[in-house]
Amino acid sequence: MSIKRRDFLKIVGYGVTGTILSLGGGFIIGKGSEILAMIDKQGDKKGVKWAMVIDTRAFKTEEDFEAVIQACHRAHNVPNIPDKIREVKWIWVDTFERAFPTAETEYISEEIKKRKFLLLCNHCDDPPCVRVCPVQATFKREDGIVMQDMHRCIGCKFCMAACPYGSRNYNFYPPREYLSSMNPEFPTRTLGVVEKCIFCYHRLDEGKMPYCVEASQGKMFFGNLNDPESEVRKVISENIVLVRKPEISTKPKVFYII
Amino acid sequence: MYNTGKVLIGIFIFIIFFTIPFWFNLGKVRALPKPELPKEEKKCVEDTEYMRAYHMKLLHEWRTKKIRKMQVYYMNQEGKLYIMSLQRTCMKCHTSKDKFCDKCHEVVVTHPDCWKCHIAPEEVRK
Repeated sequence: MSIKRRDFLKIVGYGVTGTILSLGGGFIIGKGSEILAMIDKQGDKKGVKWAMVIDTRAFKTEEDFEAVIQACHRAHNVPNIPDKIREVKWIWVDTFERAFPTAETEYISEEIKKRKFLLLCNHCDDPPCVRVCPVQATFKREDGIVMQDMHRCIGCKFCMAACPYGSRNYNFYPPREYLSSMNPEFPTRTLGVVEKCIFCYHRLDEGKMPYCVEASQGKMFFGNLNDPESEVRKVISENIVLVRKPEISTKPKVFYII
Repeated sequence: MYNTGKVLIGIFIFIIFFTIPFWFNLGKVRALPKPELPKEEKKCVEDTEYMRAYHMKLLHEWRTKKIRKMQVYYMNQEGKLYIMSLQRTCMKCHTSKDKFCDKCHEVVVTHPDCWKCHIAPEEVRK
């Protein structure tokens, strides 16, 4: 059987077109699998352990604290409740004795005794609040952030009793009525749920720093504790740092440079 | 049975009388809700039929992924990426809760409590 020149050229033509098409298709599919891998990988935070270092020497005036607190509270729609016992706070200021109640204070310098300290949720490595939550509304993420799922919280206040640092606040008052301004990018909370600092997980996931760290202008440091090259590790190794109530071994991840 | 004819007619009239609302509205759909759709954006995260039937499933999936699974982006059927957020993604196009969500929810008497915490666009205080 002989083949005509015309038919031969046709067959070669089909072959070439087919190859080009399949190459193009393969390229597009390859691109797609890259995106798919990216999507699958976004929840993978193994090897990351977020931590914060606060340089208490650098916080001097009332305005230094206020700038940080306002940045957090405005962005997260934290209500400003005048009732001191039932107020809601994510980040606040207190004295040395109340921040480090079990530290030896008899002979330390007057300056440190009078110094004010920025307090927030410590995002413990072994969080007591997570252990007591009956509905797993509060849980520890793989990257160490102690999260609060407001959709699940039933307001039983067990976590408030369990937290040794007083970082948790119950919404005794309707929070929206105590807001002067609203950030439309973040939800408020509702009556009868417990809330606390969330280490700005939504910003970290998008590759940004927490609001307080940004507003502090270099007085606070944030980074991955498992990475020996990270800023927090450098700062911790260069200074003497304290954590709150180390003897109860909750392993806090907020460090204070004294 | 006495007076069968009269009784039957009576029953017939009774049935007709009590089903008057159905006869009046026969073939007309009056209560069909008309939620206001965004003008600039033609395409939602998924196609309209899917969103109409399963938007609650999608939102539930988003909230689980965002809060409990540490994910940020959602990829739709076409491979387009969206940030999973009710306030930052959905309400960017659907700029009114009253004119969109509530339109259908009120008709079918469904009252999800999303907006007790999440801020509806019309509620934003400056």
